[in-house]
Amino acid sequence: MAKRINAGYYISEGFHNVFSHGFMSFAAVCMIVACLLIMGTFTLVAVNMEHMLGELERENEFIAYIDETYTREQAQGLEKDLTAIENVAGVTFVTKEEARQNYLQGREEVELLKELPSTVFRDRFRIHVDDIREISATVDRVKTVSGVAKVVVALEIAQGFVLVRNIALGVALVLIAMLMIISLFIIANTIKLATFYRREEIAIMKMCGATNGFVRWPFVYEGMLLGLAGAVVAFFLQWGVYQLVCGFIGSNAGLGLVAIIPYTAMAARIFIIFLVSGFVIGVAGSLMAIRKFLQV
Amino acid sequence: MIRLIDVYKEYDNGTKALKGVNLRIDDGEFVFLVGPSGSGKSTIIKLITGEVYPTDGRMMVNGFSPDNMRTNQIPLMRRTLGVIFQDFRLIEKKTVWENLSFVMRAVGCSGRETRRRIPYVLKLVGLEGKENHFPNELSGGEQQRVAIARALVNNPSMIIADEPTGNLDPQRSYEIMDLLKRINELGTTVLVVTHERDLVDRFGKRVVAIEDGKIISDETGGYYNG
Ligand SMILES: Nc1ncnc2c1ncn2[C@@H]1O[C@H](COP(=O)(O)OP(=O)(O)OP(=O)(O)O)[C@@H](O)[C@H]1O
Ligand SMILES: [Mg+2]
Repeated sequence: MAKRINAGYYISEGFHNVFSHGFMSFAAVCMIVACLLIMGTFTLVAVNMEHMLGELERENEFIAYIDETYTREQAQGLEKDLTAIENVAGVTFVTKEEARQNYLQGREEVELLKELPSTVFRDRFRIHVDDIREISATVDRVKTVSGVAKVVVALEIAQGFVLVRNIALGVALVLIAMLMIISLFIIANTIKLATFYRREEIAIMKMCGATNGFVRWPFVYEGMLLGLAGAVVAFFLQWGVYQLVCGFIGSNAGLGLVAIIPYTAMAARIFIIFLVSGFVIGVAGSLMAIRKFLQV
Repeated sequence: MIRLIDVYKEYDNGTKALKGVNLRIDDGEFVFLVGPSGSGKSTIIKLITGEVYPTDGRMMVNGFSPDNMRTNQIPLMRRTLGVIFQDFRLIEKKTVWENLSFVMRAVGCSGRETRRRIPYVLKLVGLEGKENHFPNELSGGEQQRVAIARALVNNPSMIIADEPTGNLDPQRSYEIMDLLKRINELGTTVLVVTHERDLVDRFGKRVVAIEDGKIISDETGGYYNG
């Protein structure tokens, strides 16, 4: 017997199946869409957190406060010592008056603060480093310089972001696992239903000597089509959701901190990931459904 | 060619359907298999088609040995057989033509082969002009002819029919049996399970009688005495 069975036949049979029991197919696609959307949303949150962390790190500076007993000249004299420290890229001296000015900026509405004397501020250096990863060693060395009273690093913010990112990642992983399993079962059930509708045909095909592969392929294609359809729908829905959330953050917070990555910058990668996930869920689900079914 | 050598079949629930059956059917033969209900006739058919396996004994079906072959050989073995059932088992939502073309596609035939073979087979069973009818637009006898056409369409070396006339009146039954006889005369081996004493007697072919899982008589030109 010649092997002239072609993919065209399987695909058209698969398509036929998808539409011959539309509701189950619809439910299966919805499930995959939900799965991918949730997975995508949490992943995007994590990716954006990661991105913001990077932005924070790029600022790569910290502040060294100068002992109050130091005169301005003495304080400025420390510049040489600080610049000499390894990994320090540059230092900027900030007087307490300038510091007060900076602090009050953006807080004009608070009357009480207007009275704030500049003596509560201290002269300080803003210290830029070359390599952010070495920052804690550099901080330690800056602390040993006499005249430096205190050092403040904005790492706490970074730590906060790391926490949020980790939570997003953790939740995403758990949800993805759960939804993947649910999607798998829904797909498997859809395919089982398809095999049930066609059980007569299958019995006759097998009685006439059709191979297992020949009987199986249309159902695998059906699962694959459902998975890919879900992926495409999820991709565009994800786009909409992302734009919505970005718009919300942009109009409300206006935080200089929040630097959101545009969807289009990630679209290709998201699309491929969604397609691969949809494909895997679809094919695995249909294989699950027909594995047992095809014995003899 | 079919060979059953000391074949036993016990179903999972403990029913002993066959108790040491020896049977040989050579190429080109026409054989009736008769016997009371529950004697094991359908079990023999299912063994030949690879639906069930023997519990013990050896068997050969057109060069394949179902008792010890790999499962991926079963489709190849089945392509040497054409099977017909009492209830026709046509697909209601496919036309006559589609019912035939679909089993040809199932074994990898091209559209061209399909268009060449189907008219020939439909002519053979006397159903020219009916290719676009649906099964429920045909009489019982015509439906069974479609089933016979389907069994023939992949050019098997043997036709196996399990009570093919069980749902038909005596006249239709005779016509179907006559059709099977003509197919046999064209070179295809035919094995027919039947209850119909009159028909068996009328055709004067080899008759194998089975009772309680054992073959009790096997005579050519014999009568139904099961
Ligand atoms: N799948 C099965 N599981 C268990 N027992 C079965 C099965 N199929 C058949 N049997 C039993 O095996 C015995 C033989 O059955 P079989 O179907 O071969 O009889 P038969 O000669 O074809 O009968 P009939 O003329 O009524 O069709 C019967 O006792 C039947 O109950
Ligand atoms: Mg029977």
